[in-house]
Amino acid sequence: MKIKVRHIFSLLCLAFLMFSLSIYVYPLKKLKAQEFNKVSAVEGRLVWQKYNCQCCHQLYGLGGYLGPDLTNEYSKFQGNEDILKALFKGGMKQMPAFNLSKTEENFLIEFLKQTDASGNANPRNYSIHKNGMIEQNERK
Amino acid sequence: MKENRKNPGKQFLITALILLFCGLLAGVLSSLTYVLPDFLKESLGLSKLRPLHVSSVMFWIILGATGSVYSGLWMLSKKPISILISKIQLILWIIALVGVFYSYFTEDFGGREYWEFNPIWALPILVSWILFLVNFVLAVRKTGKWPVYVWMWLTGIIFFLFIFIENYLWIFPYFREHFVTDMTIQWKVNGSIVGALNQMLYGTAFYLMDRINKNESKIGYSKLAFGMYFLGLTNLMFNWGHHIYTLPTESYIRYVAYFISMTEWFFFVKIIYDWKKSLVEMKSNYSYFPYRFLMATDFWVFINMGQALLMSIPVINIYTHGTHVTVAHAMGTTIGINSMILFAAAFMFLIPKDEQTVQPNKLLNYSFWIVQLSLLVLFVSLDVSGILKGIWQLDPDQCSFGEMMESLRTWFIVLGISGSILMLCFFVFIIHLLKKAFSVK
Ligand code: HEC
Ligand code: HEM
Repeated sequence: MKIKVRHIFSLLCLAFLMFSLSIYVYPLKKLKAQEFNKVSAVEGRLVWQKYNCQCCHQLYGLGGYLGPDLTNEYSKFQGNEDILKALFKGGMKQMPAFNLSKTEENFLIEFLKQTDASGNANPRNYSIHKNGMIEQNERK
Repeated sequence: MKENRKNPGKQFLITALILLFCGLLAGVLSSLTYVLPDFLKESLGLSKLRPLHVSSVMFWIILGATGSVYSGLWMLSKKPISILISKIQLILWIIALVGVFYSYFTEDFGGREYWEFNPIWALPILVSWILFLVNFVLAVRKTGKWPVYVWMWLTGIIFFLFIFIENYLWIFPYFREHFVTDMTIQWKVNGSIVGALNQMLYGTAFYLMDRINKNESKIGYSKLAFGMYFLGLTNLMFNWGHHIYTLPTESYIRYVAYFISMTEWFFFVKIIYDWKKSLVEMKSNYSYFPYRFLMATDFWVFINMGQALLMSIPVINIYTHGTHVTVAHAMGTTIGINSMILFAAAFMFLIPKDEQTVQPNKLLNYSFWIVQLSLLVLFVSLDVSGILKGIWQLDPDQCSFGEMMESLRTWFIVLGISGSILMLCFFVFIIHLLKKAFSVK
């Protein structure tokens, strides 16, 4: 049989679909008891989007680059939620003062708790393998 | 040749050029907010300007690619394209664009990076894209053996559709519950959507080259061309993981990306290998605008691919990730590669053949070279500020974030100035092309 362009195309597409599916089902395999309120964290992500925090801040280095990365902002202030709330409200430099409702504030904090619990995004916290790959160090 | 006047791709290209105009303006204003913190803070602010900039230029590329594919198809296909479908498609786009801009000006956000508008406006885009696919398939269905660019166009259209839907999976709470998976899918989307657009654009570049060289049906069917197409497709599917090396995902995702990304060295070496041949070609076509822009594309592919290959090595990525090197990569490729191809296409498809040459117009000639030069300066300013931040990130006794940003000020000023010059020169081309497009009867 002669291999045609559409055969290779279909084969690649199949591989891609399986790869994608393996990523989609990951949460089903992995949801263990976590230290944050899941429902609120899921809502908190929407607050993050509603006020477009991503436009100036990063999570794991991804986002806009005017402000700092906020993945581990929660533990930066040892979980002191009053400081965080004051920062949201106060604004600084190019960051406007945000007028969040009480619920939004709490959701957002729950989201930042979730990002913080997921790992340590500080680039100094990675080790380097011989093959050039990097790996996040275990949390102490 | 068919009447060019009725080519349905034209209206898409014209809309795209207008969006580029808006996007450039918003880009320059965004860069000013870096240097002047209080500039427009109360009225626009970066939280509106960045989405305005990024969405406008993304739409320039998406609509430009649509217009180019339609135009190429129009000249190629024996079966006519449905004008009705393409009209409805354009109207849906216009509705979406009005919605998106309204959404930004009223701060009705809710979407994610690059798509920050209220997700409701994604619906008309989705429907219009499905119509595009239908129209394309109807036109190429019965046209014998496809040259490589038809495959590339089809691939781009199908994958854009798939990825666009994937882009909105977060609407379902299931996908947001696991933060790391959510981020993985988000950057799977952002990485591969560019790949899908590139399929449409590289396909266009292939098609244009074929036309310029007048040896149709040769390059388009070669084994090498198909080999490169499959390599590009594999990269579209599997290399996006290099955006998330630092994310604690399953390690197979990262290794797949690392491995696949390294296959791009092949393209890189091939460019160097073809260099001499390109030079000969350049001599004979140099004064022809579509060719000029493709020549510029080659240069920028070389620069950007060199950088991208380095950034795809995780130990180097740890330095560049989360800094303006990423922006240099994003803007370097979208301007240097995607936009240059689109200008080549716009010159080919919007302007009568005898007006596509450079000679009579000094202003255009200078603008072309200033575009390249200012883009280089812009690219370097982003890279330098990024590398300096990268060094700061890994410094054990780092100063505060605010102090670090303050120390980069000079580079942000360079960014603003080079960006403004770039914008003005692009304006010259946009106005020229629009004027011509509207004056053709
Ligand atoms: C227009 C850009 C912009 C937007 C939008 C923005 N920020 Fe900021 N943010 C900044 C800048 C700039 C800083 C100050 C960086 C510095 O220290 O110089 C900052 C600082 C912060 C800090 C303090 C960081 C620290 O540890 O010192 C927090 C917390 C924060 N932002 C949270 C948010 C949240 C939550 C949102 C969305 C509701 C948001 N920001 C939206 C620009 C922005
Ligand atoms: C064809 C023209 C342009 C294209 C296609 C383009 C594309 C982009 C893209 C894709 C991004 C997102 C980058 C990322 O998230 O990593 C971006 C961001 C940005 N662009 Fe452009 N751009 C263009 C012109 C300009 C110009 C002329 C300026 C003026 C200096 C500019 C300034 C900016 C700024 C300041 C950002 C935000 C970077 C940040 O988050 O810190 N752009 N652009």
